[in-house]
Amino acid sequence: MQYHAFVIKYAEIGVKGKNRYIFEDALVGQIKRVLKKCDGSFSISKVAGRIYIAAEDFDFDETVDALKTVFGITGICPAVAIKRDGENFLPDVPGVCRAVIDFVEGVYPDKHRTFKIRCRRVDKSYPMDSMELAAEIGARVLEAFPEMKVDVHNPDILINVEIREQLNIFSEIISGPGGMPIGTAGKAMLLLSGGIDSPVAGYMVAKRGVELEAVYFNAPPYTSEKARQKVVDLAKIIARYTGKIKLHVINFTDIQMYIYEKCPHDELTIIMRRYMMKIADILAARSGCMGLITGESIGQVASQTMQSLMCTGEVVRDMPVYRPLIAFDKQDIVDISVKIDAYETSILPYEDCCTIFVAKHPVTKPRLDVIERHEESLSERIEELVETALSTDEVIEL
Amino acid sequence: MIAYLDNSATTRAADEVALLVAKVMTEEYGNPSSVHHMGTIASNRLIDAREILSSTLKVTPQEIVFTSGGTESDNMAILGVSRAMSHSGKHVITTSVEHPAVLESFEELKREGFEVSILPVDGEGRVRLSDLEKAIRPDTVLVSMMHVNNEIGSVMPIEEAGRLIKSVNPKTLFHVDAVQSYGKFIIRPRSMNIDLLSVSSHKIHGPKGVGFLYVKKGTRINPIGYGGGQQKGLRSGTENVPGIAGMALAAQISYTDFDEKIGRLREMRDYLTASLKERIPDITINGPERESVAPHIVSVSIKGLRAETVLNMLSDKEIYVSAGSACTSNNPHVSNTLKAIGLDTDLLESTIRISMSHYTTREEIDYLLDTLESSVDTMRKFYRH
Repeated sequence: MQYHAFVIKYAEIGVKGKNRYIFEDALVGQIKRVLKKCDGSFSISKVAGRIYIAAEDFDFDETVDALKTVFGITGICPAVAIKRDGENFLPDVPGVCRAVIDFVEGVYPDKHRTFKIRCRRVDKSYPMDSMELAAEIGARVLEAFPEMKVDVHNPDILINVEIREQLNIFSEIISGPGGMPIGTAGKAMLLLSGGIDSPVAGYMVAKRGVELEAVYFNAPPYTSEKARQKVVDLAKIIARYTGKIKLHVINFTDIQMYIYEKCPHDELTIIMRRYMMKIADILAARSGCMGLITGESIGQVASQTMQSLMCTGEVVRDMPVYRPLIAFDKQDIVDISVKIDAYETSILPYEDCCTIFVAKHPVTKPRLDVIERHEESLSERIEELVETALSTDEVIEL
Repeated sequence: MIAYLDNSATTRAADEVALLVAKVMTEEYGNPSSVHHMGTIASNRLIDAREILSSTLKVTPQEIVFTSGGTESDNMAILGVSRAMSHSGKHVITTSVEHPAVLESFEELKREGFEVSILPVDGEGRVRLSDLEKAIRPDTVLVSMMHVNNEIGSVMPIEEAGRLIKSVNPKTLFHVDAVQSYGKFIIRPRSMNIDLLSVSSHKIHGPKGVGFLYVKKGTRINPIGYGGGQQKGLRSGTENVPGIAGMALAAQISYTDFDEKIGRLREMRDYLTASLKERIPDITINGPERESVAPHIVSVSIKGLRAETVLNMLSDKEIYVSAGSACTSNNPHVSNTLKAIGLDTDLLESTIRISMSHYTTREEIDYLLDTLESSVDTMRKFYRH
């Protein structure tokens, strides 16, 4: 079947009252962004609560895959659209029936199926109302394909026929990612390690329309160039969904060494993470972000117990910390990671800055007052080191 | 300054080789199977290459099969021979320290119903002949053994093994993986009782993606891929003419002024190991001493350091070495050979491999030594305990 249009469905955007156009315009913008990279020419129009994409010379799979990365889209319906003939006329009733029969012929080689016709008549001037038209089309389809049966309650195939400024016929609905279009919320800073969780966390928050920046803490020579490249690759994978991402690479080695030298080793990870959060907070505030995002999940590792989370979150002064995976099991996180194609990159075995110096038995129930007291031994140089680390900020635009 | 000391992973192509490859690609691009003049020029390149390569081993040109490199040569030798010989026995032998291209081929044979004996090695990474002798049975069709170990450079007793195999069971075939030794050792398959020998081009300053397998005349071997019947049906597919021409030239260069070059390399190795011992405290040089070790590989364990950290630090200074073996350094699993020679567990993750080539200079070695000496102490302070 030669489809040449897509009807795009979206859910929450439809109910945003007077702000609706902002959301729809953002969605159209995002669709344009992803289609720019696809072969073919596309014209996108927004009419009466629907977004249509008319497509020419395009590759169906490539286009659908691209649309599946646009937050805000709940369904992608490949459609056959018939434009008005001349100024005013849509096909007459027999013409519509013929078009539907052609559609069924083309899309469903095996006719041993049940079906239902659902009509929507937006153009009330059309000579037959929705119910009548559905019944008429159903009868003609049965005539053309005697193997088919009508089932109005639980059909194998639900054929939508819409009489609008054009005639749309579609049956298949391919799921989109849902959520809200990027650019409708604000910006947040993702703490990106090389692991499985942080890319998923970024994806999930971005899915609510949030634009992302990301920060990676590099610890050469303890972490390798490949570890850094892995993080760049992960940021690129997220950028497929979010559009451009600014990735900040901060050299964290000196801070890490200093903590290692001055503080108890079993608290190393906690204190290190507190400084990562601090630096992320400063960077985020500077770039106009309204939140930090981490991939933390209660109890997953020693540094993510509730006590640890209290200690690490406490240093962030300027904005909330969003932890979308907080109540997720590992397997659920892995499932999303696989779905967004980040998993295979995430599991490449390079050391990241969180794993290299980890103690054999890190503290699992740190107390804030104890941690703060131990941090006092850093007072001599730590501020200077934080400043230096911030000055190493290397921005990679992805 | 750049110090490329990862020549067991791969080597830079010799300038002459690169020029020749480009010339063949752009000027002599005919298909060697074509009957016209361009085809003839291309097939002449193959004839010349066979001539050159066979003369380095003192075998006949008809015994050279061009492949895509060491892995394919190993696969073809092990799978091709075992399958062809399976009527006379389904027992095969290899060692625990082989390259994955060999070990994984034996895994495949296991799935095909072969019985596989894997020989252990001694503390220097060499097979004991007594173990080999005990393992050979009347139904043993193949023994596969590497010549030079890619991780620590130890030299297997190939000649003795060949003699032993043929005396215990003359029907057993002997395959040698010579990927790390070709170009560094004089290899004489006939007098060494070797029936099959794998060679890779990019380890001897030739192009990547090409290699060859020596198959002794009369050896029964099945192809492992199927197609247009090139190379007597054993290896179908249009021959990689530019790569093959480049490999032959690289081989020729390797065996020109051979003694002098190897002597220089040995001197360099001696200098490196002596200086390491002298200048860096608490290190272990793995593998055997002098005569039974390859002239270009040094495996050194630096106590209290993680190999990955050393690698990153050196890489930052444009010094390039490997951790354990380059083929497995992306895997968290610890090196085969280092484990097999019984290295202390805390040294397994602390071992780097320095591998040299004819291009390596004294300056590069000094640069490496200076850098290690000046940074080892600091890095040791931050070792994960």
